Amino acid sequence: MDMISFGVQLLNAVQYGLVLFLVASGLTLVFGILGVINLAHGTFYMLGAYGAYWLTLHTGNFGLALVGGVGIAFVAGLLLENVFVKRLYGRDHLAQVLLSFGLILVLDELRQILFGKDVHSVPAPAFLQGSIQLTDIQAYPIYRLAICLFCLAVALIIFYVIKKTRIGMIVRAGAENREMTRALGIPFDKVNRYVFAVGIALAALGGIVVAPLSTVYPGMGDHMLILSFVVVVLGGIGSVGGAAIGALLVGTADTFGKVFFPSFSSFSIYFLMALILLWRPTGIMGQRND
Amino acid sequence: MTYDIVKSALTRRRLLTGAAGVGATGLIAGLPRPALAQSTPYKVGLMLPYTGTFAKLGQFIDHGVRLYVEQRGGKLGGRDITFVTVDDESKPENATENMNRLVAREKVDVVIGTVHSGVAMAMVKVARDTNTMLIIPNAGANDATGPLCAPNIFRTSFSNWQPAFPMGKVMAAAGHKNVATISWRYAAGQESIASFKEGFTAAGGKIAEELYLPFPEVEFQALITRIAALKPDAVFSFFAGGGAVKFVKDYAASGLNKTIPLYGSGFLTDGTLIAQGADAEGLKTTLHYADNLDNAANKSFLAAFKAKTGQDGDVYAVQGYDAAALLEAGLVAAKGDASARAAMITGMEGAKIDSPRGPLSFNRAHNPIQNIYLREAKGGKNNMISIAHAALDDPARGCRIGS
Repeated sequence: MDMISFGVQLLNAVQYGLVLFLVASGLTLVFGILGVINLAHGTFYMLGAYGAYWLTLHTGNFGLALVGGVGIAFVAGLLLENVFVKRLYGRDHLAQVLLSFGLILVLDELRQILFGKDVHSVPAPAFLQGSIQLTDIQAYPIYRLAICLFCLAVALIIFYVIKKTRIGMIVRAGAENREMTRALGIPFDKVNRYVFAVGIALAALGGIVVAPLSTVYPGMGDHMLILSFVVVVLGGIGSVGGAAIGALLVGTADTFGKVFFPSFSSFSIYFLMALILLWRPTGIMGQRND
Repeated sequence: MTYDIVKSALTRRRLLTGAAGVGATGLIAGLPRPALAQSTPYKVGLMLPYTGTFAKLGQFIDHGVRLYVEQRGGKLGGRDITFVTVDDESKPENATENMNRLVAREKVDVVIGTVHSGVAMAMVKVARDTNTMLIIPNAGANDATGPLCAPNIFRTSFSNWQPAFPMGKVMAAAGHKNVATISWRYAAGQESIASFKEGFTAAGGKIAEELYLPFPEVEFQALITRIAALKPDAVFSFFAGGGAVKFVKDYAASGLNKTIPLYGSGFLTDGTLIAQGADAEGLKTTLHYADNLDNAANKSFLAAFKAKTGQDGDVYAVQGYDAAALLEAGLVAAKGDASARAAMITGMEGAKIDSPRGPLSFNRAHNPIQNIYLREAKGGKNNMISIAHAALDDPARGCRIGS
């Protein structure tokens, strides 16, 4: 492989990794901080994409779809937390799996009633259409590059909020020791609600920004859910930084796996996961339990 | 992975509830007595993907079957028809269980299904073991009408070998000598690529590289970059459904379509053109159906389908429609008697169906003999350019019946 192809493949890997990070970050927040396994994460990703399709179709404005979709997802997250999820904190993981699996069935049916079973595509915003010529014959869509920047920006915001703000401090304290945080009179439960809503909003945001690039179809979240779990487990449960590293690793393993080991490409990422978990059983940035 | 386990368990429960409901209906109607066998409805099991990647395909096949039956007043060969549906979710791991449910518990007279080749192969196995009548309305796995062919198994769609084989000749004639192929690594993809390769190398062409990605993954970027590095004369692809939409769009977005023309098996642009939009314009594919086929059967089919569903019929709907037509041929020959199996099979083998796709008959392995059309995507339709191969039979390699 020549240097140019290698460079383009590296770009593919990073771009894929950044999208994975965007989706997985919400999962790792909810999983790590609330201790809730949310299997419906992929479904919110799909609903985000359908929302982007519907809002763009009716408003003709992708920016509006972005803001509106994330807003709706956030409110939906608050409601879900308040009605269902808060009853499950500290409960058996199986109870959470059952609830979130129920959500998958209900939301999938809802999607079918609202949007049907068709495959749809979403136009990218006009100023991001077009592409840049990379090699003599291959061009790279500007929208893909824009997604890279967008995902990086979102990642920076998440890091800033968690490391530098009061809310972030409460979140970190709660993740460290839930009972002690409560005992100190810190409104951890209220923060929980927002963390869950942000997790849902991030899943939907992933679906929305991916919609013009991917296509919108039923079941698009299934594969994303599994990849997100791989990213979360690789990076260390609850660690946003770990998720970033995990996502980039998965993106790289998947891209180069397809190119160099085409016959094994279906399990290149799982091979990577096995190796890393042998080396660090709690994930790259995961905290040891001892 | 937990996800899969839980999902199948819940699906099972959902189906149990459904089965209980159907069972109760059976009780109210009274148990069928042999002497009155012909007055009880003939039970058709539809095992199709109603959810998942192939949901729309399953739905259209379902509509096609029901349309044909409705057009004949709910009767085929004098028998009332009832339907039992099972969602196979395109999951091979649940296929045997789903098929057994239809055969053993529902005691259907015939099963029509399905889309996914892996699921269909599990259905073929059960059909052979239990001697159940099976009509495959889409899945193209060569083996179903090859080594695993059986008197009770028919297909109204195609073998994977069929739509791809004539494309070899077409692309060689267009002056392409060095061609890369790309597909999902699963039965339908690999068999289509193999048959294209057979046709293309026989016409003097050379395969630059066979590229695959796991089914149903849609992250194509790495392989598109690989194609750019290979610089073949053209690309032959096999994708369907949501993956086909994304592949065509990604390929166009990479600009490769300007220098390396993309061809495909017809599924690339069937049921997907609206979502693909301008990116699919001009794509040439081969298939056993084209939207604008100028025959009376096609025109009346499309009009009736539109009236029933409000949607435009496509190849999947035609395959469902023809599955019902084939069943009718069998029931007419058996005079509506489900136990007259030999007469029914003879009737189906000899069926000459005036299908919307053109003349349709069946070979010794029960696979269609049909025209394969070269089509071009234009304005949201797959328009016929020419007949790429008239009355193409399938080699039915490994099939022992009738030879």
